[in-house]
Amino acid sequence: MSIFLDRETKVIVQGITGKMAQFHTKDMLDYGTNVVGGVTPGKGGENVHGVPVFDTVKDAVEQTGATASLVFVPPPFAADSVMEAADAGIRYCVCITDGIPAQDMIRVKRYMMRYSREKRMVLTGPNCAGTISPGKALLGIMPGHIFLQGNVGIVGRSGTLGYEAAAQLKELGIGISTSVGIGGDPINGSSFKDVLQRFEEDDETHLITLIGEIGGPQEAEAAAFIQDHITKPVVAYVAGLTAPAGRTMGHAGAIISAFGESASEKVEILSAAGVTVASSPSEIGETVQKVLQS
Amino acid sequence: MDIHEYQAKEILKRFGVDVPSGALAYSPEQAAYRSRELGGDKWIVKAQVHAGGRGKAGGVKLCDSDSEILAASESMFGQKLVTHQTGPEGKGIYRVYVESAVAIDREIYLGFVLDRTSQRVMIVASAQGGMEIEEISANRPESIVRSTVEPAVGLQAFQAREIAFALDIEPALTQKMAKTLMAAYRAFRDYDATMVEINPLVITSDNRVVALDAKMTFDDNALFRHPQIAELRDKSQEDPRESNAADRGLNYVGLDGNIGCIVNGAGLAMATMDTIKLAGGEPANFLDIGGGATPERVAKAFRLVLSDKKVQAVLVNIFAGINRCDWVAEGVVQALRDNPVEVPVIVRLAGTNVEEGQKILAQSGLSIIRAGSLKEAAERSVAAWRNGGNDDNMKVAS
Repeated sequence: MSIFLDRETKVIVQGITGKMAQFHTKDMLDYGTNVVGGVTPGKGGENVHGVPVFDTVKDAVEQTGATASLVFVPPPFAADSVMEAADAGIRYCVCITDGIPAQDMIRVKRYMMRYSREKRMVLTGPNCAGTISPGKALLGIMPGHIFLQGNVGIVGRSGTLGYEAAAQLKELGIGISTSVGIGGDPINGSSFKDVLQRFEEDDETHLITLIGEIGGPQEAEAAAFIQDHITKPVVAYVAGLTAPAGRTMGHAGAIISAFGESASEKVEILSAAGVTVASSPSEIGETVQKVLQS
Repeated sequence: MDIHEYQAKEILKRFGVDVPSGALAYSPEQAAYRSRELGGDKWIVKAQVHAGGRGKAGGVKLCDSDSEILAASESMFGQKLVTHQTGPEGKGIYRVYVESAVAIDREIYLGFVLDRTSQRVMIVASAQGGMEIEEISANRPESIVRSTVEPAVGLQAFQAREIAFALDIEPALTQKMAKTLMAAYRAFRDYDATMVEINPLVITSDNRVVALDAKMTFDDNALFRHPQIAELRDKSQEDPRESNAADRGLNYVGLDGNIGCIVNGAGLAMATMDTIKLAGGEPANFLDIGGGATPERVAKAFRLVLSDKKVQAVLVNIFAGINRCDWVAEGVVQALRDNPVEVPVIVRLAGTNVEEGQKILAQSGLSIIRAGSLKEAAERSVAAWRNGGNDDNMKVAS
C-alpha cells in the first residue's frame, strides 16, 4: 500500500466546476484516479465529466463515501474549503491553491486540531502540485506519465523541480512509490517530517528523496527526525544556493530570514544527519541510483 | 508588502499604541513648518525609506531649531539612503517624518512574527532595545522573551503581563505595557501583517510606553481584503524591474550575474540558478513565469530579462507537464521572431512531447542553442556567456 492514496481511494474535487479544476479532473480520471464527486456550493446536481457535483462536502461524503479531497478553490475561499473538508470527515486533503493568506492557514491548522487524532484530516499543501502514487492514483496537477512506478518516495516543496527529479529517475529506470508535494508556503498542512514518517512505515518505499529549498526550519527539523527515526536511506537536494538573503524567491516561504535557512546551511545540517545530498539538481537521479546500488 | 514608519505608527496608534506626535513633510520648508506646528524645542527628522539601519546611515537627525531642521532635511531629500539593508544602490528619500523628541528612560525591543516552527504568531521581546534583533540574539540571547499566540483565542492578557514582568517593567507600568502588546497584536491580526517590529519601544521619563520606531510588513496574499493597506504601496522604494514584473504577473528578483534565466516554477528556477553557478557562471535573475508557459508570457519574460543590460546570455528552462513542449517551443520561436534578441539564447525543454519541441526549435531557422539536460543547458549558457556573444553564429537572428 502506498502512502495517502491508492487505486481504491474515493476522491472528491472541491471547486470542480472551475476551468482549471475541470481540466485536471479529466486528467485524474484518465490516470485512473477514483474521482467520485465534486463540490461547488450552489451547483449541486450538475456533473463534470460524468462526476456528480454536490453543494457541500458533507453531502458528497454521505452520498459517495469519499475519503480524500482535492481543493481547487480560489485563495480568498480556500481556507474555508479545507476546514469544510476536515469537518465532513475527509481523511486526506490536498490543497493546490497558491496565494492563501498565512493567517488563514494558521487558523486552518488550529481548526484541524479540534478532531481527535483518529478522526483528524491530513492536509498536504497549499501551493503544491499534489500527490501521486504512480500506476495507482493521482491527486493533483502533475503530468502522470513522467512518474514510473517503483520504490522511491519523493517529498518536496516545488512542483516542477519535483517533475525534474521524477524525470531523471525515470530516465534511469527508477520508479516512485509516492511523490508528495508539501508546497511552497510558510504555513503548510504537513511538514517534511510528517511525510518522512509515512514513508518510513510504507513497505513499498525503500529510499526517500527530499527536495528542499531556502527558507524556514523544516529541512533542519527533517534532518533531526531522520537521524532519530528514519532507517531508510535518504537522498536530498536543497535549491537556492545562489539566492540572496531577505528576498522572496517565488514561493512565499522561500526567503532566508534566519540562521540555518540558507541552502548551504541546510545541506550541512542534512549531511550531518547522514543524508546523501546531491550537489547539483542535475544529479538527483544519479545520486539516488548510487545509494540504491550501495 | 512594506510600508513607511509614519504609516505604521498611524496604524498602531489607531489600535491604541502610544506614539510621539509627528507630521509628514515632502520638502525641507514643509519639514520646518511641521516642527513649528508640533511645538516644543527638540525634534527628530527621519528619512522615510523601506529599510532598517537608518540611524547609522545618517537618515535620522536630532534638531533643535528651524535652521537645523532645514539643513537636516535638505541633506536627505532626493538622496539615496544606503543602509546595511538596502544594498549598495540605496533607497530614495522623498518624504521625511518630523517628530517631537521624547525623554527616554529605557529602550525595549518588541516584535511580532509568523513563527514557522510553531506555525503561529510569536511575540519576541527583549530588554535590549535599540539593537537589532540579530545583534541581540548573537550577543544577549538570554535577554529574549518569546510567547506564542493560540490562534483560536488570540493573545491573552496574562501573556502580555508575563512578557512585561519578564522585561522587568516597573509594576506601575505593567498595565500600559500589556495594553501596548495587545494593541500591536490586534493590528498584526486585523491587517494580516507578517511582521510588526517596534524597536525601540521606550519608557519615557514621564512614564509613558511609546513606540519610537515602527515597521510593518503585510502578507501580499491578504492585500485583497485590505484595500486601505494595499494603497500604501510605495513604488519608489521598489526595484523598478521587480515592480514592473509584478505588475505583469511575473515573479522576478534581480541579481548581479550575466546569465538571464526564464524558468517555470519557483523551485526549478532556483535549481536552474544553482546549476549555472556550479557550471562557473552567475545568474542575472530569478524568474518564475508560472505553470503555463504561454507565448505571451515567454515574450514578456524575454523583454524583462533583457531590460537588464548586464545580461549576456539567456537560459530558458521549461519543464512542460500539462503544457506540451511543442507548444512551449512555438511560443519561444514566436517570441524571438517578434523581438529579435542580440545575445545567445539557450533553450532546454523537458517533459511532454520533448522531441517535437526540439524539432520546432531546430527547424525555426533561429540560432537557438539547444540542450537536453539541465546540466548541459547550464554549461552551454556559461560557454556562450564566456564567448561574450562575439561568435556571430551564437546570436539569434530573425
